[in-house]
Amino acid sequence: MQVTRRQFFRICAAGVGSSSLAALGFAPGEALAQVRAFKLARATETRNTCPYCSVGCGVLLYSLGDKSKNAHTEIIHIEGDPDHPVNRGTLCPKGAGLLDFVHSPNRLQTPEYRAPGGKEWTRISWDEALDRIAKLMKDDRDKNFVATNQDGATVNRWTTTGFLAASASSNETGYLTHKVVRSLGMLAFDNQARV
Amino acid sequence: MTNHWVDIKNTDLVLIMGGNAAEAHPCGFKWVTEAKAHRKARLIVVDPRFTRSAAVSDFYAPIRAGSDIAFLGGIINYLLSNDRIHHEYVKNYTDFSFLVNEAYTFEKGLFSGYNAEKRNYDKSTWGYQIGEDGFAKTDPTLQDPRCVYQLMKAHYSRYTPDMVSTICGTPKEAFLKVCEMIAETSASNKTMTIMYALGWTQHSQGSQMIRTGAMVQLLLGNIGVAGGGMNALRGHSNIQGLTDLGLLSNLLPGYMTLPGEKEQDYQAYIDKRAFKPLRPGQLSYWSNYGKFFVSTMKAWYGDAAAADNNWCYDWLPKLDKTYDILQVFENMNNGMMNGYVCQGFNPLASAPCKVKVSGALAKLKYLVTIDPLATETAEFWQNHGEYNDVDPAKIQTEVFRLPSTCFAEEDGSLVNSGRWLQWHWKGAEPPGDALSDQEIMAGIFLRIRELYKKDGGTFPDPILNLSWKHRRPDFPSPEELAKEFSGKALKDVTDPKDPTKVLVKAGEQINGFAELRDDGSTACGCWIFAGAWSEKGNLMARRDNADPFGIGQTLNWAFAWPANRRILYNRASCDPAGKPYDATRKLIAWDAGTGKWSGSDIPDFKPDSAPEEGMSPFIMNPEGVARFFAVDKMNDGPFPEHYEPFESPLVSNPMFPDNPVARACPAARVFKGDWESFGKPDKFPFVATTYRLTEHFHFWTKHVKSSAIIQPEQFVEIGEDLAKEKAIKSGDHVRVKSKRGFIVAVAVVTRRLMTLTVGGKKTYTVGIPIHWGFTGVAKNGYLTNTLTPFVGDANTQTPEFKAFLVDVEKV
Repeated sequence: MQVTRRQFFRICAAGVGSSSLAALGFAPGEALAQVRAFKLARATETRNTCPYCSVGCGVLLYSLGDKSKNAHTEIIHIEGDPDHPVNRGTLCPKGAGLLDFVHSPNRLQTPEYRAPGGKEWTRISWDEALDRIAKLMKDDRDKNFVATNQDGATVNRWTTTGFLAASASSNETGYLTHKVVRSLGMLAFDNQARV
Repeated sequence: MTNHWVDIKNTDLVLIMGGNAAEAHPCGFKWVTEAKAHRKARLIVVDPRFTRSAAVSDFYAPIRAGSDIAFLGGIINYLLSNDRIHHEYVKNYTDFSFLVNEAYTFEKGLFSGYNAEKRNYDKSTWGYQIGEDGFAKTDPTLQDPRCVYQLMKAHYSRYTPDMVSTICGTPKEAFLKVCEMIAETSASNKTMTIMYALGWTQHSQGSQMIRTGAMVQLLLGNIGVAGGGMNALRGHSNIQGLTDLGLLSNLLPGYMTLPGEKEQDYQAYIDKRAFKPLRPGQLSYWSNYGKFFVSTMKAWYGDAAAADNNWCYDWLPKLDKTYDILQVFENMNNGMMNGYVCQGFNPLASAPCKVKVSGALAKLKYLVTIDPLATETAEFWQNHGEYNDVDPAKIQTEVFRLPSTCFAEEDGSLVNSGRWLQWHWKGAEPPGDALSDQEIMAGIFLRIRELYKKDGGTFPDPILNLSWKHRRPDFPSPEELAKEFSGKALKDVTDPKDPTKVLVKAGEQINGFAELRDDGSTACGCWIFAGAWSEKGNLMARRDNADPFGIGQTLNWAFAWPANRRILYNRASCDPAGKPYDATRKLIAWDAGTGKWSGSDIPDFKPDSAPEEGMSPFIMNPEGVARFFAVDKMNDGPFPEHYEPFESPLVSNPMFPDNPVARACPAARVFKGDWESFGKPDKFPFVATTYRLTEHFHFWTKHVKSSAIIQPEQFVEIGEDLAKEKAIKSGDHVRVKSKRGFIVAVAVVTRRLMTLTVGGKKTYTVGIPIHWGFTGVAKNGYLTNTLTPFVGDANTQTPEFKAFLVDVEKV
């Protein structure tokens, strides 16, 4: 059977190891020495969008691990999504380097705490961090919440703690954040659209 | 964007001004290339730098940073005095014929109603003459000296080509060439798109710059058409979405506004915003405000929101002023704040005047940062040598640094500049113990709620009653949240014309905002996103890229707000009789046979309103038409007027050399003490402007190895003339200083920054890329907001990062 180099890759990509194919006699006319299965062929493909500017380019994330319970997924490659109507598979230099963002050595790993006057971070647990933050916020709100202004009008506002939301976070995060922040009576509230 | 990225391919002319798409939005800019290659479109770039957008333009005109209103006002003057406007469009679709209040004036650079002490305007004279029938008066002959057309013509007659050249430093011939190219698009079958970004936003009069651009487009009939529009190229991947969702001090979701403290009466609050039509037969879509508001309150407070408590209206905080980021740092600096939470926001780097921001943070009792990366803000207390010279022992702020997921580790939707809500999927688990933002928000909120349940406290009602119906309360899922903001029926929703017909059954997701009700029978967290997740499923996740009309509309790709509409104001692409102005770029048209508007887009109009009914295309305005005269919507004047940036090389405004009040924007807020922090041209003679590079994104990518390799070190750009004067060579280190501080960086001497003649004087520009700081894998550098002034736009309070004064010296 005559197999062109292109067809051969296609057969390989379909999931059969190249050596077993060769053993069955399906070998292309050219040398096989340089051929190995594409790493991406056994990766899981996930559709996503670039988190940088507002063009909203489609990207494909390729990760090792099949998302089964005990498999550790690791993103090994990111490229432009050729189906996407805006970027049609292309990416700019930032988007093309997204893998290094995901794996940046400066990604934070654990909650950390810096005490007043302290010179260093100390690692704390999520429960310690969130319990303490909730207490600080509640104490400040209880002390400084303004129910009525000097004219006796109902104002129900809390202006001594503020919140900045993230314009790279999802709509779902943004919606939830807005709901929580207003329920607390906060007004000192913005996102990067302000700057 | 009124239009969207792919639609740029339909244009005849691109004006890039106040932006630099080739470098800051590279994959979107490819549609400019497409239009050039396949439609013979031309590209004009007006910018202080010869950018990479300029490098591929057909015509480039230099301009002094901060003088854009003078340039655009000059274009308006050119179009009006040479009669190069789209007559039918402006006559029918704009306020040209509306008569303005007799008491409105503009004298010596000030509009009527100015209060010098408060630095604001009483806007009561900025309105229409209202007839006895309650409608605005008009003069269709356009002869009345008080009609908007006549007032506008008089207002911009001062913006002569010579005046433009004096203020902007643009050579007169270059300015006139731009005018001539733009004027060609006043023809019905020609159009222009304007692409702008933070180069227009970040000025003390940024909002008015954008308005002036929109006015040019309206005069030419370029709004609402394929290939046209006012296209804001937003800065972040979801800055559009967070704005739409109202995460700003004074907003609620879907561009609703929080009440002020004087608005104690619920019905008056609604009535003030539910505009009644100002002309006969107009739709005035905001008249539905009550439906949007009640539905949001039902989404937030569930059963607790009822008619008898005005849907919990009292629970909303009431504003005494806007607590924008500048006001907040002013308050913090004055010791009026105790806590601050920064979720994916790095204000030490991105708010103006670092010394003030840093000092303010040090006065907090507690600071919480939530971020995937190690930001400067989280370490504002740590000594990083020359880049952050502070003494930790003296800073008593308690600081928390919480690790969150990044885009690749979550499901959810983002809104791109073209208003497309695009869903994305999780590809891997986050590193270490990092949690999603939803889990962190839930973690904080549920703990606070528990404390209020257990211990009581001040006004716990809105906290205890916040609707929180999630399968996992500690992790509200993206799917649940998306369904909540998209909206559902709480009771059967029926057709108002036929109450026996049920449009949506109780419990079902709604199809769109037309189904919202103000009687508590619907819940919808963000009315403009309504229908994004309907009973048909998650429309944001759609991936059909088919383009059946060949003009790039792809209606089945993702979901565009509002109502999956791709081009806003598209009714204006047709003449008053409902026929497209340009059949080759048809968006919609009136079909007399079916009695409906239809085409390649979702009509931005009442779908069954026949042309002879006389409804006008701008249905969100009570007038039904677009406004040149902004009535009372802007803080600094109903017509945009040129004022100098707060720091300017000119000691007076060439328009009003004798009126110091009209030098810089008279209505911009300046805090006490900040006047002294502004530099003058005698000590700081050069115009500085900040910007981004293609290879970096704000302050994130200095943490990214590939970006750090291709742009490793901080630099500033200096023109050849200035370099010669100061004996600076490329590669030298220079100190750039403003009145607020200094940075040291490598000098790049370039012809891209030209010497301009402004007000008769040679003027140099210094270009300052923003991307470095004291954390990251790139070489450490200075935060450039060490240099920038603490003053913002009179309407939005967006800081003036694009035009300020510096001095430069070789180190």
